[in-house]
Amino acid sequence: MDRPSTANHRSSPTARRPSPGFLNAIGAIVWKDLAAELRSRELLSAMLVFALLVILIFNFALELDPLTRRVATPGILWATFTFAGTLGLNRSMAVEKDRGCLDGLLLAPVDRSAIYFGKTISNLAFMLIVEVVVLPVYSVLYNINLFNPGLIAVILLGSVGYVAVGTLLSSMAVQTRTRDVLLPILLFPVVIPILIAAVKASSGFLQGLAVTEVMPYINLLIVYDVIFTAVAYMVFDFVVEE
Amino acid sequence: MIAVKKLVKRFGLKTVLRGLDFEVQEGEFVALLGPNGAGKTTFLRILASLSRPTQGEVRVAGYRLPIHASAVRRNLGVVTHLPLLYGDLTAEENMRFFGRMYGVLDLGQRINEVLDLVGLASRRRDLLRTFSRGMQQRLAIGRAILHDPDVLLFDEPHTGLDQDACDMLDRLLHEVAGQGRTVVMTSHDLARVEDLASRFDVLSRGIISASSSRNGLGKNNLLHFYRQALAG
Repeated sequence: MDRPSTANHRSSPTARRPSPGFLNAIGAIVWKDLAAELRSRELLSAMLVFALLVILIFNFALELDPLTRRVATPGILWATFTFAGTLGLNRSMAVEKDRGCLDGLLLAPVDRSAIYFGKTISNLAFMLIVEVVVLPVYSVLYNINLFNPGLIAVILLGSVGYVAVGTLLSSMAVQTRTRDVLLPILLFPVVIPILIAAVKASSGFLQGLAVTEVMPYINLLIVYDVIFTAVAYMVFDFVVEE
Repeated sequence: MIAVKKLVKRFGLKTVLRGLDFEVQEGEFVALLGPNGAGKTTFLRILASLSRPTQGEVRVAGYRLPIHASAVRRNLGVVTHLPLLYGDLTAEENMRFFGRMYGVLDLGQRINEVLDLVGLASRRRDLLRTFSRGMQQRLAIGRAILHDPDVLLFDEPHTGLDQDACDMLDRLLHEVAGQGRTVVMTSHDLARVEDLASRFDVLSRGIISASSSRNGLGKNNLLHFYRQALAG
């Protein structure tokens, strides 16, 4: 085992007290989350297995005819994304709580909103990876073409809103002993508007409605994303501090 | 370097700190002693800007908390009984991540210096979760000094370590504290802090109930001083 060396290890004056950049801090958190997940694969594998099981169960349980499948698809898809997303959000913040890592993050001299945005981007990346895998599997199982640009835009907007709120609430829930059950209880009521809008917009695109008919739901998704990202940006500091 | 006046901290109806006054000069190594539940960790978390004071004035490295929390954090390193490091990253990746979070310049060279100091240069590419508890704690010290802070806060750093790991940690604490840094350390292990600290403060019933320099105490008198402070 190496022994601690006895040389003087104060750094040169130029290397001391620099200001870490906001974007650099966000980038560092995203890199850290992706690097750790690439190695452990705990979070993604749990989300993926869960999501695939949900669509399999729906497939066998409902035995839908082709027309009903088209109608039911948006609901099944968003239920799958929501439940798998909750699993990912819980795990993503639990990793920060293990070994006191959240305190390590909070001790960094960066605006704490950088931590929020870093975690949000990581969570969004994990959710999008799951969606990229689920969509083709769903298409094959349910015999429905889901590669519709409008639907993909809705999934992207819905995921942004879901993760924006979910990251904030999971950082609250992780401070409690009942974090696993608390997150869905806190999160689901708050994301009801986004789920309704996402399901309606997805349904519209799958049924081939004109964009103008779907647009109110798209607008609701955009407004929700902007408002909740702004709210999270403003309150995150208070949420994570004792 | 640290100045605290009439600090009060309440959690709901429970008052943990009751008008605490505390001052540490530059380069001092202060051991903060006290029984379980005395508020040592709460006090250190306030100094570390992880918790807000209910009342009172707190200054660390010349900056007031919580207003200038970011400036305080830039001058502060914290080691707790948890390593605050990621198990699925290697030692070097952990250092690189926290170096980026602190905006450390010339990061590669600084990581080499720090890993050399904590004696983990040869394990730099190993995952943290494969490290023993003692090695994790040494790397935690590396994380705390990576940005070369003037103030170090140690909250029960010996917890869960065996005798050899404690001895090695003490040598490391002595080394990093002996470079002109100001240190505040909480501990239950009087024998260990007796050799490390230059001043001993006892936190009891939410205030500093007694304080003594090492010279004022005499050899092997720390236990007597501590018991008297708690009894008084």
